[in-house]
Amino acid sequence: MHRTGALYGQFKTLEQQKDSASLGMWIFLVTEVMFFGGIMLAYTINRHTYFHAFAVGSNTLSLELGGINTMVLLASSFTMAMAVWSAQVGKKQLIKMFLALTILLGFVFFGIKYVEYAQKFHHHLVPGKSFDISYCANNPNACPDIKPDDLERERGEIEEALKADPDLNAHAQLYYSAYFGMTGLHALHMVIGAGLLFWLLKNSFAEIYTPEWNTPVDIVGLYWHFVDIVWIYLFPLLYLIDRHK
Amino acid sequence: MPEQEHTNHIIQPGTYAAIIITLMVLTGITVGAAYVNLHQYNIVVALAIATVKATLVVLFFMHAKFSPKRTQLVIIAGIFWLAILLFMTLSDYVSRVDYRGVRFPMTQRVDARPVLRG
Repeated sequence: MHRTGALYGQFKTLEQQKDSASLGMWIFLVTEVMFFGGIMLAYTINRHTYFHAFAVGSNTLSLELGGINTMVLLASSFTMAMAVWSAQVGKKQLIKMFLALTILLGFVFFGIKYVEYAQKFHHHLVPGKSFDISYCANNPNACPDIKPDDLERERGEIEEALKADPDLNAHAQLYYSAYFGMTGLHALHMVIGAGLLFWLLKNSFAEIYTPEWNTPVDIVGLYWHFVDIVWIYLFPLLYLIDRHK
Repeated sequence: MPEQEHTNHIIQPGTYAAIIITLMVLTGITVGAAYVNLHQYNIVVALAIATVKATLVVLFFMHAKFSPKRTQLVIIAGIFWLAILLFMTLSDYVSRVDYRGVRFPMTQRVDARPVLRG
């Protein structure tokens, strides 16, 4: 293919080339919107149908960990935007720094997610044979990481919800299936994003990104921000269903 | 090309800083609002705040505000199709009655359960 510097033969200008690349990325992101949209639709129907179980399930999540992770992910979007800016204005040291920061924040997110998932295993909240939404309420000694006050409140909520929904345990499993499915798919997207960021970082050490040509930084940035947007919706949908009790 | 659009606009760090501060504040507000009992409107408020946050990310972090019109059209078309998916499916679900004339949601159909269990 004929190529002049950074410009491929089928394009007239660098600007047109970049616009084409980002248009293509946006079309991909729109398919991702439909992908996550379908999952959120399934979530919404189940939440509407089994509201009591979803509310009880949501209140067993750690709002502290979820809230901190939201902040971490938003911060990583900011550092990603700054990496794109650094590339646009040709600050080669700053590109590396901001890409590294974005990767670091991504891994902080994974670390917190690991702590959260591990808690759910200890609390018998992973869908399957040993799932028991009232495990911690019934065995306070087995859940030392939850404050006694919170356990007491949790117990009251479960008793209250059982009156409206005798099959609470089965339906709470649906909530946790949604939780693991949605956060798991989100985390998978972040793993892919982190891989792409490592690739960008490697290339930025070769100093190939310039103000004229920095399309990969821009495109990966779009992907990373999209994953952030998914979390912006997941956080209130999963963690904040019924906190005001 | 009928006109040359300005797509090489560079958003400055100050704008990004303002956006990230707004996003953090909105995260705080959404947590705070969840502790206020607004009955069925809690979810409306939560989703409205999430949509404001997502819009800020799309417009500034993802540069959509300064993207060519055809890119903006793709974004809007995507949101529109998502709206069709959500609206059509949910309007079916909320207006549906089962074979006994019992309305959705199913948690009220305690009577149906022994039948299912045999």
